[in-house]
Amino acid sequence: MNSKKTILIVDDDIDFRNQIKFYCEKFGYETITANGEIEAIEVIKTKKPDLAIIDLMMEKDDSGFILSYKIKQKYPDVPVIIATAVTSETGLIFGVESHEEQQWIKADLIMEKGVRPDQLQREIKRLLKE
Amino acid sequence: MSDLKVLIVDDEPGIRSGISRILRNYRVGYPFLEEDFGFTLTEAETGEIALEILEKQEIDIVLLDNKLPGMEGIDVLEQINKRNYDTAVMMITSYASLELAVTATKRGAYNFVPKPFTPEELRGAIESITKHLFLKRMTKKMSETARQIRFQFLSVLSHELKSPINAIEGYLKIMQEKQAGTSIDDYMHMINRSIERITGMRSLIMDMLDLTRIENGTKSRNLKEVDIIECTKMAISSMEPMAIQKNIKILTAFPESLILTADSNEVEIICNNLISNAIKYNRDNGTVTVSIFTDKTNLNIIVEDTGIGINAEEQEFLFQEFMRIKNKKTQNISGSGLGLSIVKKIIELYNGTITVESQPDVGTKFIVKIPFKAQPA
Repeated sequence: MNSKKTILIVDDDIDFRNQIKFYCEKFGYETITANGEIEAIEVIKTKKPDLAIIDLMMEKDDSGFILSYKIKQKYPDVPVIIATAVTSETGLIFGVESHEEQQWIKADLIMEKGVRPDQLQREIKRLLKE
Repeated sequence: MSDLKVLIVDDEPGIRSGISRILRNYRVGYPFLEEDFGFTLTEAETGEIALEILEKQEIDIVLLDNKLPGMEGIDVLEQINKRNYDTAVMMITSYASLELAVTATKRGAYNFVPKPFTPEELRGAIESITKHLFLKRMTKKMSETARQIRFQFLSVLSHELKSPINAIEGYLKIMQEKQAGTSIDDYMHMINRSIERITGMRSLIMDMLDLTRIENGTKSRNLKEVDIIECTKMAISSMEPMAIQKNIKILTAFPESLILTADSNEVEIICNNLISNAIKYNRDNGTVTVSIFTDKTNLNIIVEDTGIGINAEEQEFLFQEFMRIKNKKTQNISGSGLGLSIVKKIIELYNGTITVESQPDVGTKFIVKIPFKAQPA
């Protein structure tokens, strides 16, 4: 029997963290949370999550990008979802589709915050190849 | 590993092949990414050829000699800047032309290596330009965001107003669908968090109103003789319920009365903010000390706490709008991120200063100095 898969949730907004944690646990995953880039780095030193959902703007505007790099550096096979509200707030759109973006943004998916739980579950399953 | 394209522009074949040799197997590691960059090299013997190559190919780094047979390096640099290529330029100059190197830097060259250079010098310069390029690109889009967000108050404000709404909406959706159970008790934590976010939002709106008032200028200010001590006492009594919750003692050291020409609302905003911060960021059973005294030139208000403190790096940004210190210790403390910036703005209206002394886990001391002489105009 397989043990539960673990999702690392990183966000500086405690409530967003709580809610993602709530849903992920409801979907049947274990969760670890961290409140920012620095704390997440500490976490991944000793633990390897099966997937990570991280915010973009935390300590710094690009903390999410840096963190996804670091996660991928240490665990290239761990899928990373960057969840951000940046588009609704600034109109800037990031993706991981173009070659240029893939070169600089080491995430598997960029998701606007406020996604429906069923969508989130679908994407997690897809990335975990379940 | 990513490859960066380097264009070497030099009319001496020896230099070109020398640089190629030095860089061919050179790797630059990014300090925290442990990701290496390698280099693919292209050569051009004149500035004209270089510009042709730049037009056709994407080049990351240009190593540009100034003394070229046709157009000079500095002119090539100017063209590169004019055409807005996403490339970083490093000038190669002889020692005799340091002045030129300075001009080049001013015109947008990232840096320069004096000729003759050792392989080590070249590698060092390439390392620094690579890191510069990497960061520049990675944060290119973000820095556009950052510019908007830092300098456009409104977009930050919308973020600050939207986040609590999103958080509360998220909780409400969970409740609406009874996702966490059928009893109201299953949702108590979410209800409490929602109320917490509403409190934070209210304080943001109140602070916004204060800020609008200040920024509307002096026309709505009501300057008259005000008893600073009385204002402070009022602020303390309104904060007392908050202090009692954490069993914090508020100690005072001030004379019976102290008259200053001021707007009493403004004095209250200063005291309220400093004292409420001293309580919010304090430990349980801690103390807050409010001292007010005069010296030859200033009225001094000092508010000291025994709280979590602020490290030196964080102190630097303390008075900026929306600069809330975010860490484990502050994550459950709500605030608008405007309080101290408002306080500073007000104090500046009185030609005064506010400074901070703090030690993490020991406490923080805010020192306000308002000169008697330069009373507000």
